[in-house]
Formats: sequence, structure tokens, C-alpha cells
Amino acid sequence: MRVIFEKSTPGRRGVGFPPSDVPAHAVLPPECLRATRAELPEVSELEAVRHFTRLSQRNFSVDTNFYPLGSCTMKYNPKFCEVVARLEGFSQLHPLLPQLRRGGMLTQGALGVLYETARLLCEITGMAQFTMQPLAGAHGELTGAMIIAAYHRQQGKRKTRVIIPDSAHGTNPASAAIAGYEVVVAPTGDRGVLDAQTVEELLSDEVAALMLTCPNTLGLFNSQIREIADLIHGVDGLMYYDGANLNALLGRARPGDMGFDVVHLNLHKTFGAPHGGGGPGAGPVGVVERLAPFLPTSVVEKRSDGTYSLQYDRKDSIGYVAPFYGSFGVIVRAYAYLLLLGGDCLKSVSGNAVLNANYVLARLKDHYEVAFDRRCMHEFVLSASRQARMGVKALDVAKGLLDRGIHPPTVYFPQTVPEALMIEPTETESKETLDAFVAAMIEIARLAEQDPDALHEAPTQTPVGRLDEVAAARNQDTSYTPPAPPVEQ
Amino acid sequence: MDYIGNTDAQRQEMLKATGAASIDELFEDIPAALRAHAFDLPPGMSEMEVRTRLERLAKNNAVDLVLFLGGGFYDHYVPSAADAILQRGEFYTAYTPYQPEASQGTLQAIYEFQTALCRLTGMEVANASLYDGGTALFEAAMMALRITGRNKIILDSGVSPIYRNMLYCYTSNLNIEFVEVPVYNGRTRRDVVAQRLDEDTAAIIIQNPNFFGFVDDLSDVVEMVHRVGGLAIMCFYPISLGLLKTPGEMGVDVAVGEGQSIGLPLSFGGPYLGLMATRKEYQRQMPGRLVGATTDREGRRGFVLTLQTREQHIRREKATSNICTNSALCALAALTYLTLVGKEGIREVARLCADKAAYASQRLDAIPGVQVSRDAPFFNEFVCKLPADAGDVVGHMVEKGFAAGFPLGRYYPGMERHLLVALTERRTKEEIGAFAEALEGVL
Repeated sequence: MRVIFEKSTPGRRGVGFPPSDVPAHAVLPPECLRATRAELPEVSELEAVRHFTRLSQRNFSVDTNFYPLGSCTMKYNPKFCEVVARLEGFSQLHPLLPQLRRGGMLTQGALGVLYETARLLCEITGMAQFTMQPLAGAHGELTGAMIIAAYHRQQGKRKTRVIIPDSAHGTNPASAAIAGYEVVVAPTGDRGVLDAQTVEELLSDEVAALMLTCPNTLGLFNSQIREIADLIHGVDGLMYYDGANLNALLGRARPGDMGFDVVHLNLHKTFGAPHGGGGPGAGPVGVVERLAPFLPTSVVEKRSDGTYSLQYDRKDSIGYVAPFYGSFGVIVRAYAYLLLLGGDCLKSVSGNAVLNANYVLARLKDHYEVAFDRRCMHEFVLSASRQARMGVKALDVAKGLLDRGIHPPTVYFPQTVPEALMIEPTETESKETLDAFVAAMIEIARLAEQDPDALHEAPTQTPVGRLDEVAAARNQDTSYTPPAPPVEQ
Repeated sequence: MDYIGNTDAQRQEMLKATGAASIDELFEDIPAALRAHAFDLPPGMSEMEVRTRLERLAKNNAVDLVLFLGGGFYDHYVPSAADAILQRGEFYTAYTPYQPEASQGTLQAIYEFQTALCRLTGMEVANASLYDGGTALFEAAMMALRITGRNKIILDSGVSPIYRNMLYCYTSNLNIEFVEVPVYNGRTRRDVVAQRLDEDTAAIIIQNPNFFGFVDDLSDVVEMVHRVGGLAIMCFYPISLGLLKTPGEMGVDVAVGEGQSIGLPLSFGGPYLGLMATRKEYQRQMPGRLVGATTDREGRRGFVLTLQTREQHIRREKATSNICTNSALCALAALTYLTLVGKEGIREVARLCADKAAYASQRLDAIPGVQVSRDAPFFNEFVCKLPADAGDVVGHMVEKGFAAGFPLGRYYPGMERHLLVALTERRTKEEIGAFAEALEGVL
């Protein structure tokens, strides 16, 4: 499909602005002005709308396809949340208003949303206080790691290491490294989870924290979690909870009760906010009481008269991780979702998410190898290694699913499982959809035995076939340049 | 309301397949002692009830104030078609485009966004977005440290204090030396910069227009840092580039900015859009996602995420950044905005902003006791010196229905009587007149 710049016609306009109603003309010195025009598209509004609508139709999405992408929690995003985030009282609110004198009173509704959402998240996770500022999951991890560093610094302890299991998301080690830590990789044990004994072996006074996803990316809950927390606490280390997989535990267990000290959540995974094709997200961070002084500035407080204020005077705070109060529009969506759900529906979310995953696992385990043959939580990992021996790799399985109108699972992750297919159906999918997925997976397994080439050709039903990624990296065409006009003979 | 589709009968059938007697049995890996029993949470509500509650909260925010408040965040007009496109579920309910054949919509949009940003900034390569302007600035600083292998950064105090605070927060555990350079009459002090630059300097960070709204040609400052082998990082304001000299034209190495002004609502501070563009030679050190054009086996053009070995999902602790989820949908908003206003519109809107600021500055200058700082030209935002504490004045102006501007004393000690006033194309001559009258009334 042509890019929008190829659809440009000189002189064509989309939207217009009113003529200036002021007599003044700004005088800007010529050396401060751009020499050439910004060559933006010149298209009509209709052409723009048609172009972007056509582009949208070249996407798979939750609204159009089953999307069992592991560890991403691609659940349905209620339309209602989109509507309320667009209420003018929220969308048109300037973030600097609270910094004006008595400005907090100009934004009581918005501060109320922040405060109440944080309070609900505290109750769900068992944390004492939340900051809503972090702008995505990885940003929450970095915030959490900085809080841990600030805490140990205040204790006068020099701690340099963070333990992270080999099955962790790549953001965990990357975030720890930016916060200044050395990463110690902990191997997964025989049962698919981190063993307490492994933690014990890696323990030293230098350990600042253990970062853990629980259930982990294999979809397994770590029954030794309390023991592990005791070990880490024994060297004055802190327990960090990566909330990517909290959907499995909603209303049933709380990271705080397991011994975690810092928690980040992904509002765009667990709490109904959409993924947006890769953001924006929101990654609020909760902490236990003794870490609360280190939370980022500012913090929303509720006064005794029921009004809200922003607290900036925080001497132990790590400072400013975001320009303001977080991804407010995403937080409004999650708040709406939490109010719809209420306390009573939390358990049905996790219950149905875990049931859906176990159902698909039970139906598929005779057709694919299972990374760890045991009951799973909200997701599980298959291996296409049996198919790979017949020349059909996890990637081919993924492309075969695309031809059947299904978004593939997360592939080749966790890296500890060969030919991994990580499947997370979520609670909002029906049995009929799961059965269609199971049928497609079984058909692909059969094709792998009978006609592997058919899968090597896939996908054939998508707007483009397999793309040459090597050429993309070599050519580095990351910005459109019009072809040079033909040279006249 | 939990949006679950399965019936009890279906659940029973599914349980049978799993061999479990009940859903609770599926959770048996969680030790009994760790199971939570009661939650202090309100009961679920219907859409109608939640809507009433949220509408009440939304009404309790002063969005009816006429805004002369900017500080890097502005109430520019967003064309209706831009938001209509964002509401396509195929865009906003998709994930990161890891499966390119199923994500050509998102991938092509990012490629077009990268192109539009390069053309706007005069830079060679742009990434798919970062969280916001402040985090983009931090990432740019980290890039400069990696590229130069040095650890000193010179920071012009005309750079947004909001971003400077973020920079200090992020680097508190890293061994980086920051040297702040004061501004003089709102402009970058070349003499002080010259004294501070040395062979340890990784980068200088400058902003144009700077936090005070002043416009400058900073080509000479860029040249100064290049002479010692350092990089120039510039914060830009995308709307201003409809008129102003681009970071590319000034020879800047890494240009970063906040994309809120091009198509995103103010939304009380987010979600926003971190913009980053650089030179081709530095693209492998650039953080975040990057989309490249390629072809499939039949020669059809398609788009993929490229140079992914820079990223955390492959390189883990050795990645250029920890960023994963970024601001893809906000980048789409910016692309649709830039497409709808187009080549002519971007210049028009920049011109309108500058003209309205010029007019407002004349009206305010005419008020006895008020003095607009004209030490340097300004774009859409300017500094007024008031005969009283700016914070107090702003407080009185709220009562008259205006968010009169940002009192600079909050971030710049000694500037307690200085007010930063912002104009966008949305302010009318009438509003500006009423604003001037109200200001005169409260002084």
C-alpha cells in the first residue's frame, strides 16, 4: 500500500484554520526561521481518513481477532472506558493547574481519580501506598528499582546486585541495569519455577532485590514464594513483584501477603486499558509502608475535609519520574474498569482466565510438547520442538495461525524453552473461540506431519507475506524518500 | 460487570476437560496461607452508574478557564478526523507489531510517523516514540554517554525545569556530572558554555524555544560542543517548527521533544508522546522501536520492526534502554494531525500562535506596571514582569475565569514577579482583550 506521502498533491488541504483576527505580526529574525518548508502530506480530509482506515484494516486486533499473546493479557477493552476518558473535564485539563496558587482546588475531580485508583490498587495488591506516575511496565520497574536503591542508600548499605530468573521479561534486567545494578541470572528449577535453594546459593550481602513475575512467564505459581521472600529479607534485600501476570491472581492472592515489598502493575494488561498498538500504557508502583517515603514526587493526599492535595515536600523521594501525575487518560480508563468490576467480579476474572488457559492446555497437550506438564495459571508454554523435527518451527506455526484469522501466541519466549509458544487466552474469550483456536492448532500440527511446506508458505491470506527482515536491517529505509526523477536521455 | 462470555454450563464442560472439579481447584498451587479471603472493595456497578460518578468527577475540574498557561503543554486544536481515526479498534486494541504480516497498519503508520518527524525536524532518522518529552531527553543523554564514552553533561537552564528534574532523578544512581549554565536575559550564555566545555563533555542540552519562550539560532552553540567532540541535544516544540529553524539545520545530533502539541489532548499530564530523532550514524545507539521498509517474497512492500538487537527483549541488561511499551497510539495521533494540517497548515498554525502572542504581548505591555521581556524574540510564549507576586496575580485571575500563565518563581528563584504567558491559535482577539482588562483590574 502506498504511503501517505505518495498520495500528496501540491496545494491540496485537509483541515483549515480561521484567518488571524489579530492585527499583530510576530517579527522573527530570518536566522531563526527554517529555510525550507516541512514536506508534510498534502491530502484532503477524505483521503486522510480513507488512508488511515485502510491501514487499520491491515491490523489484527482484539476487536477483530482472537489474540492469545502470552504475558500481554489481550483481554477485551470496554468501549465505555474510551468514552469516559474523553470527557472534556478530564481530556482538556491542563497539568500545570495544580501548581498555581490554590490550584489543587481546580482539579479536585482528577486528583480524586488518582487517589481512588491508587487506593483500589493498594487493596488488590496488599501494598500500603501507590504512585500512579510510571508511564508503562518497564518504567514502573525502573521506578521500583530506584526506590530500592534510595532505601538502601538511606540505610547506609551498599548493595549492587539484583537477582532475576532466566524466564523473566527482558525489561527486568534492562531496568535493573539502568538503575545501576549488576544482574545475577537465576536458572529455572525442574518444576518450572525458581527454587528457594537456588536463591539461597545466589544470596549475599550485595543483593538488593529479587525481581519476580508470579505466576511466572511459564504460567506457574511459585509455591515457595514465602520461603524465598524470607531468604531475601534475611540479607536486607527487597522483593520486587513484576505485575505483568497479576490477572491470574485477582481477588485470590495478594503480592503483599506473599512478602513482596514493591509491585508494579500494567493497567493496559490487567485493568482493561487498551494496548494501543504498543502504548501508551501505565505502570503504577505500589510499596510497603517503610518504602513510602521514597515514592516519586508528587503524591496525592486526602485531607480530613475530604478534599485532595498534591504533596511536593518529600525529602526522601527519588524525585520526578514523569512530567506530572502519570498516564492520566489510561488511569481514568482503568478506574472506570475497576468500578465496573468491583470487588465481586475480581475472582471471576482470574477464575475464568485460569480456566480458559487450562482448558486450552488440556486440549492441546497431546498435539504439542508442554514445557512443564502440570496445571497452569492464566497462561502456559507449549514447545513446537516435535514439529521442528519435521521442519516446522514455532514461527511457522505462528504464520499458519495468521492464515486462520488468529493472532499467534508469543513465540520464542521464554528463551529457556526451545520453540516456545506462550499462550494466554484471557477471561473474556468464549469456549467457542477457544475451540476454534484448538482446532486450528491441531490442524497445524497435522499439517506439520503431512505437508510441512504448506506452513512454510504461510501466511498467504494476510496483506503481505513473510517479510525480508535481513534486507530491512541492511537497507535501513526508516523514512520515506521519493524516488529520484528519471534522468532525461 | 466482568465482560465474561462463558455460561456456567460451558464452564462445567471445560472443567471436565481439565480434570479439575472446580475452578478453585485450579489454584491449588497457591498455599492456603497465602490466599486472600476478603477484600475491602466496593461492589461492581453498571455502566450507567459508573458514568454518573465519572461525569461528576469530570465536572469538578476547572476546564472552563481560558488558558494562557503553557510551560511546554498547550491547548492546540485537534481536528475531529484525527480522534475518529484513533478510535478505530483495529489500531487501539492491537499489541506491539511483533507479527508484521498481521500488523501492517500499525507498522506503516509508524514508518509514516518517522518520516513526518524527520521532515519536521530536519533530522535523518526518528524512532517510533518514547513515553514523553522528559524521558526522551533522559534517553538522549544516555545515548550521548554511550556514543562519546564520556560522563559530563552541560545543561542549559533554559531547558524545561520539569525535564531537568526528571533528568536528575533518573541519573541519581549513575556516575554522571551535570553542569548547569544560567541563562542571561533569557538566552543561552555562550561565554559560560565556552568555559564549561572540555574533553570530558559528552553533550550539551539546549532547548528552542526555551522554557521562557525565547527563540534563538543555536547553531554556534552546537558548533562549540562539536569542537570538543561532544554532542548537541536539543529539546524542540513541534508546532514551532512550522516556522522556526530546525534542529537539523542547526547541526543538532539528537533532537527530542514532547509531541502533545501535535494532536494530543492535555489530559492532565498524559498519556503524552516522546519524540526522538537523530543522525543516521547514531541510529544503532538510539533507544526504542524503529520501523523499516522491506518486501515480501512476491516483492510487495511491507514494514517490519528493525535493528531489534538494540532492544531489551533481545539484549536484556545490555540493551540501549529498558523501554518496551511506548506511545504508539499517540504517535498515530501525531501522524494524523500532521497529515490533516499538512504542509500548509503546520506553517499556518505556527504563524497564528506567534501572531497572537505578539498581539497579546502588546496588550499586556500597555498595562501600567507590566513589562514584557523583549531581550530576545519569542514564539508563542513570553515573560511578563508584574508589579506584584505572579503567584498572587494568577490566583486572582482564576477568579475572573483565566488561567493567566505560569509563575516562574516556582522554578527560578528571583523571578517571583515574572509570569510566563502562552498563546495558541485557539485564543481569540476578544479573549486576549478580556484577559488584558482582567489583568489590569487585579493589579
